[in-house]
Parts: sequence; structure tokens; C-alpha cells
Amino acid sequence: MKAVITVLGKDAVGILAKVSAVCAENNVNIIDVSQSTLRDIFCMIMMVEMDKSTITIGELSDAMSFMGKKNGLVISVMHEDIFNSMHRI
Amino acid sequence: MINRRDILETIHMIQDENLDIRTITMGISLLDCCSQDPKEACSKVYEKIMRKAERLVPVGEEIEKEYGIPIVNKRVSVTPVSIISASCGDPVSFAVTLEKAARETGVNFIGGYSALVQKGFAAGDEDFIKSIPEALSLTEHVCSSVNIGSTKTGINMDAVAMMGRTVKRTAEMTRDNNCIGAAKLVVFCNAPEDNPFMAGAFHGAGEPDCVINVGVSGPGVVHSALKKIPDGDFTDVSDMVKRTAFKITRIGNLVAKEAAKRLGVSFGIVDLSLAPTPAVGDSVAYILEEMGLEKCGTHGTTAALALLNDAVKKGGVMASSRVGGLSGAFIPVTEDAGMIAAAECGSLTIEKLEAMTSVCSVGLDMIAIPGDTPAETIAAIIADEAAIGMINSKTTAVRLVPAIGKKEGDRLDFGGLLGGGPVMRINPMSSRRFIERGGRIPAPIQSLKN
Repeated sequence: MKAVITVLGKDAVGILAKVSAVCAENNVNIIDVSQSTLRDIFCMIMMVEMDKSTITIGELSDAMSFMGKKNGLVISVMHEDIFNSMHRI
Repeated sequence: MINRRDILETIHMIQDENLDIRTITMGISLLDCCSQDPKEACSKVYEKIMRKAERLVPVGEEIEKEYGIPIVNKRVSVTPVSIISASCGDPVSFAVTLEKAARETGVNFIGGYSALVQKGFAAGDEDFIKSIPEALSLTEHVCSSVNIGSTKTGINMDAVAMMGRTVKRTAEMTRDNNCIGAAKLVVFCNAPEDNPFMAGAFHGAGEPDCVINVGVSGPGVVHSALKKIPDGDFTDVSDMVKRTAFKITRIGNLVAKEAAKRLGVSFGIVDLSLAPTPAVGDSVAYILEEMGLEKCGTHGTTAALALLNDAVKKGGVMASSRVGGLSGAFIPVTEDAGMIAAAECGSLTIEKLEAMTSVCSVGLDMIAIPGDTPAETIAAIIADEAAIGMINSKTTAVRLVPAIGKKEGDRLDFGGLLGGGPVMRINPMSSRRFIERGGRIPAPIQSLKN
């Protein structure tokens, strides 16, 4: 199963590293990353695969929001299907 | 990979524009719970609801987390209780049982304390309707509805008169709690049997044993979409509403399928209604104002609402093959920040609301009226509304809250999703002799439509 992680916040050193660290700790495989900064706002979209993950998507979502809050970032983790169903016929 | 813009659009809709799944409602048939002994019937009802809905709330929360979309309410609707209580009497004990089941399962409303009397009263129906005020004053989560008319049968005016008294009595019995009982009581014409939205949800007798119905919402999303085309003509407006409704409904369809699968019951319908909440930015009135009206309720409001309601349906039916329920735009006054503002400044009157109900998806909804309004006047408002539904082959409903002890211009506040608003002006001329006639308004002709 694939999930989409989005990260929004003020640009700073090491955001990508922190998010990837949480993924690595839980054996969540990153398959695609796209990121940009517009003025000072950092925006990253990451596609991950959770087939071999040691935690559920709900737990990953909790872990990411916890880490996000500590670093002033808004992080959401959502099942890929929600985007597929909304934007593909 | 999914398009980056699409991902950000979805997240923006959820985080900033209040897109949510308004309710997952499990419909449960109680037809196999009848008994001549009310105690036995109630214990069967309790056992069945607990067995079917035990996992409803945890599964709802699970889906919420996995998909990242808020699911605001988890609810249960049951077979109209009047059918179950007919053979044993004591309907209030069923309301108490439903309340207990609601608390145990953790759902936030349970609907179906209902009766269907559009053509006449069956055994027990009159006693049942008389029990509604007591049932609603003894319970917190139980919702009640009565269907008093339909296009096929006409309007049961005896039931209309009774409901005028029932609405008033319910408000009186809950006067210490902002008359909230009346906010949980809906009087229908052409009631849908698969509606997931409260307070009017019940599980029709023709429905399967257990189904999942999902209600999606998103007035904020539609409003934001229209903001992007301030100079578009009505074709553009309609197109934008349709596209937005499509996306919202797709999410509802996904959640409904997933919930039905995890709970092991069949997927009933998706109800794509724009259901406002008192939260700023979640208002149907603001959508109408975005179309170019200075204030909701002014001339042009009915046309704007007609376009909105129709475009929502068109976008929705393309997105799911299982669209049902009420599907359209709701206009509950106290639950909509824009409607409250319009009513407070005098732009929105009950007469205009009545006109709007001929093109919206339901009817006169959540309107606070003076506490001394005669029961016959309430009945006459119900009759007017039912006539609109009957003639136009659409669902109409009345949910009025007589604000006991308050008069025109005062405020009534419920808090939460039910909101609050000004007590609105009612025509003071009497309708008593009209209501006292009783009997039935015949079913309308279905040809020669002018």
C-alpha cells in the first residue's frame, strides 16, 4: 500500500532528513520525492510504500505529526487512494 | 505519481476549506425485533443495535486516520419505531433503549423514533406521535421524524394538526435546555428512506438488514472554488460547482465502500449534501452571496439556490452510481453563519425561506420562532411546506424550534453543530379554522403541469 506524505512549513536545514529518518526507523520505503520552496515556505510531497513497514499508516501519521509539531511543520500522511479517487475517473 | 497540484488541492480542501465526511450512518432494520412484550422487544432492539454497530465508531476513526479525512459524525438509523412498537405499545421505552444503545456504541445521534402516517394512522401511530415530546425530553441522542404527506398519497391534515401540537409540546418540555427537543424532530413530506443526515434519518422498511450510508459535505470547498471565477457567467458557475461536487462525492464514495467492507455490511448510498456548520467558511449562504447577492435572502436568492442545488446533484451522480438520500444543498438557518447574519439583518425572512425550499434539497430547517406561536400556526407552516413537496415531487421537511419564553428578535443558542440564531418573525394572522378542518388533502394530479 502506498501513502502520500506532505510537509509544509518555514524552510530550515534538515527537514527532508528528519522526515526520512522517521520513515527509515519504521521501514517505510520512500519511492518518490518532490520538493520546492516558494519565498520562505517549504513544501515537500513524498510518496512512500508501506508494504514492509513495521507500523500502520495511522501510527506513521501520529509519528509524523508529533515530529512536525516539534519542528513547526504541518505534516499529513494519507492513503494514496484518496487522491486517486478524487482526481482519476 | 499523482499530480503534485492535485495532492495540494486535496490537502488544501481538507485543511483550509472544511471538507469532511459529515456522517457515516449505519442503517439497521429492527423488523425482526417485534414482540408482544415491550421489555422483550426492547432487549431485542438493544441486542441487535449493539451487535451491528459495535465497531462503527472505531472503524470510522480508523478510516479517518488512514485517509486523513475528518469523519465528523458516526450515527445509527433504525426502522421507524412506530412499526416495532405497534404490537406491544409503550413507545417511550424504545426511546430509552435507543438512547442506551447510542451511549454504549458511542454514536452521536440515533435516528428512527419515527412514524409514517402520510395516508392515515395505523394501530398505535397516534399514541406514538403523542409520546414524541416525552421521548425527546428523556433522551439526548434520539432523533424523531414523522412523514405526514407524499406526492402519491396527499397530505394527512389530521397528522399535520397533531404535529403542530407535538412540536410545541416538545419545545415546552425541553425549555430548560434551549428547547432542544424540537431541534431533534423533523416533519417530512416525501421522506427518503435512506437519508444518513439527522435529525430526519430512519431506516426504511424496504431497505436491507444493515447498510452503510455516507453523507459528504463541503460548502466551504464550493465557496472557495467560486471565488476563483468572480467574473464567470452562470455556465461557468454551474460548471465549477459540478466539478467540485464531483470531487467531494468521490471521497464519500471511497469512504462508504471502505467502511462497508470493514464492517462487513452492504454499501447503501452516498448523500452528497452541502451541509453547513456554524464554523466560518462552511456556509451555503456565502456560496449564494459569492454568486453576486449582497445578502442571502434578497431577490435572486431562489434562482441562485436552484442553480447550486441542481449543479451539486449533476456533479455527484457522475461521481458515484449510488447517490441517494437528500442530495443537494441544505439551508438550516441556525447552523449556517451566513444565514444567521442574513436573518439578523432582516434580509432573510421565513417567507423567503419557504420559497427557497421549493428548490433546495429539504425544507424549513432549524428556524427559531416565537415561543407563543399557536400550535395551529406551526401546523399551517407544516402544511404549506408539505404542499410544496407534494406538488413538486420532492422531499420537504419542517424543523422549527419554538423558543419558549422568547419573542421575535431574541436569540436562541444550542451550541455545537446545531448553532444558534435569532427568533424569526411569524405572520400573526390565525390559521386555526383551516387546521381544525382535518381530513386529507388529496394526492395531486401528475399531468397538466403548469
